[in-house]
Amino acid sequence: MAKRPEPDKRKPDASNPKEDAIEVMATVIEPLPNAMFRVELENKHRVLAHISGKMRKNFIRILAGDKVAVELSPYDLTRGRIVYRYK
Amino acid sequence: MIVCKSQAELEKMHRAGLVIWEILNDLRAMVRPGVSTKELDQYAERRTAELKVRPAFKNYRGYPATLCTSINSEVVHGIPSKSRRLEEGDIISLDFGVEYAGYYGDAAVTVPVGEISPELQKLLQVTREALDMAIDKLRVGNRLSDISAAVQGWVERKNGYSVVRDLCGHGIGTHIHEEPNVLNYGDPGHGPRLQEGMVFAVEPMVNIGGPEVRVLEDEWTTVTADGTQSAHFEHTIAVTANGPWVLTRPREMQGPSW
Repeated sequence: MAKRPEPDKRKPDASNPKEDAIEVMATVIEPLPNAMFRVELENKHRVLAHISGKMRKNFIRILAGDKVAVELSPYDLTRGRIVYRYK
Repeated sequence: MIVCKSQAELEKMHRAGLVIWEILNDLRAMVRPGVSTKELDQYAERRTAELKVRPAFKNYRGYPATLCTSINSEVVHGIPSKSRRLEEGDIISLDFGVEYAGYYGDAAVTVPVGEISPELQKLLQVTREALDMAIDKLRVGNRLSDISAAVQGWVERKNGYSVVRDLCGHGIGTHIHEEPNVLNYGDPGHGPRLQEGMVFAVEPMVNIGGPEVRVLEDEWTTVTADGTQSAHFEHTIAVTANGPWVLTRPREMQGPSW
């Protein structure tokens, strides 16, 4: 009797935890030390967001009032990661 | 982990294998136009009981029968049925396994019903030859994927048929399916080295058309996606110091696998 090989146990999405994040639009309220920012989401929630490593590496500067894209972890909705600054 | 079997364990598996060989040969002789696949299944079930072995497929993951009967475009795992009768010119794959004293054997053969077309004769021959070549690779020191490459090379490169990707052969021993997966496609020289006492069920499944298959609503019967015919040959084979030992046929038998 032929065997059906089991599908790979790693879920393709779970291989990178960052891919589970929800991405939302936000506005920067104030810069904080250590490359952290207080941002306001479209739903008026205020969360603490840090800047993604890729943006930090490329010296993308972020100022109060900038429109940014923020990724939120589904596990902790009070913190996020800024992944894009809109011009 | 691939479990290597001792000589005593191999003897038990050979006992199971000889029962399979005997019953499959009886079934082969019963195949003719008008016979229903259920009759074949009932014969297999009766003989397993008489020979005091246990059918390996029945209830395995919910499979409802003793035998798998796959006709024409059915690749494997066809469920026997009263209403399904063989017709002149069909080909039917008979796949059968038993457990004896805790050890399993598994084998399959595709047989013609009456006279079949030259094209189908060639399909059966190529598939059987692919199994012959795969068996010859079961030698100490070869790598697992040498088996896979032998099958694919013969079927696809030499003969232009396709091997099914979605199903594979397997290790066998105290369970019907053990590690590793024995794929029927791939490059040679990869995977674990073969050692004495490893036992594999090698089973090329060959389609005339493309390699794609799908499973019907009964959740078992696997058919070719393009409707072309498919053949399937299988043996349970041990790797020994003296070369491959086909457990599912008499030891003194030489020559072609089926």
